[in-house]
Amino acid sequence: MARARITIRLKPTVLDTQGAVVKTALHSLGFDGVLDVHMGKSIQLDLEAGVGRSEVEAMCRQLLANPVIEDFEIELTDGANA
Amino acid sequence: MSALPPLNWGVVVFPGTNCEIETVYVLKELLGQDARTVWHRETDLSEFDGLILAGGFAHGDYLRAGAVARFSPVMDSISRFAADGGAVVGICNGFQVLVEAGLLPGAMLHNRSRRFLSRWVNLRAEASSSPLLSGLTPGEVFRVPAAHGEGCFFADPDVLAEMTANGQIAFRYCGEDGAVTDTANPNGSLECIAGVTNAGGNVLALMPHPERAAEAVLGGDDGRRILESIIRGARPRLARAA
Repeated sequence: MARARITIRLKPTVLDTQGAVVKTALHSLGFDGVLDVHMGKSIQLDLEAGVGRSEVEAMCRQLLANPVIEDFEIELTDGANA
Repeated sequence: MSALPPLNWGVVVFPGTNCEIETVYVLKELLGQDARTVWHRETDLSEFDGLILAGGFAHGDYLRAGAVARFSPVMDSISRFAADGGAVVGICNGFQVLVEAGLLPGAMLHNRSRRFLSRWVNLRAEASSSPLLSGLTPGEVFRVPAAHGEGCFFADPDVLAEMTANGQIAFRYCGEDGAVTDTANPNGSLECIAGVTNAGGNVLALMPHPERAAEAVLGGDDGRRILESIIRGARPRLARAA
């Protein structure tokens, strides 16, 4: 079975308020070495063999990510057509 | 002012929509309109003069608010309705659905506070080119309730510039005196934007709830003036068919 791991994050031009809050929380715990936090979503798709990257990209563009505010990265494993 | 034209409104209901009853009530009982709810699987909208996408949490707001609602069967019909010049109005969650569907520019982010916002806000009518807002005076201030978690409007700088030049900014958050300031911005919206229209001016959406401020007994009736302007500005079905 093929698998796609999709990571969706806000574009760098969009303020990541969730990341800012988490960074503040980490600093308050004493983890001062954290320079920045970028929050996002991780989506795993279990796929029939043969479902390729272009199809997963289409899923991201049409539904999983909003291209106005979000970027996505796709990692395909286990025999999917890269 | 002359009586409102008697129009027939469809109030669109997705699974999770929760403001349809008061929206239909205000249209029928207070504004003399005909109105009924439209389930998201309906596709024939030919009886309506205008549509309202009511507030709530369509399809649970999973993934992003409005992201899944966009694929409901009714949405293709709503797109055609809008393309024909029919009035399509999104309130709160309806705004989120319309931007996800691409019927309005921009996108919605979580409130900058990361908290659900539920309080009265002040809105300033902008110099809009939309016929749906022609009954409002630019600069006029309306006090209405807002209730949302994802109401921080965002658009790329070039899109925002185009919207501004076209008169597509409908409302901004402001103080009681109408001053648009950062402190009056409840959710971090870009340039305090609370409502926008499409380029044609027949698709309008705003995050606050005018239908919740249509009777003095509920704390204020400023929202009623916004709804009256929308009703006067909507292009009736028969005018569009002609």
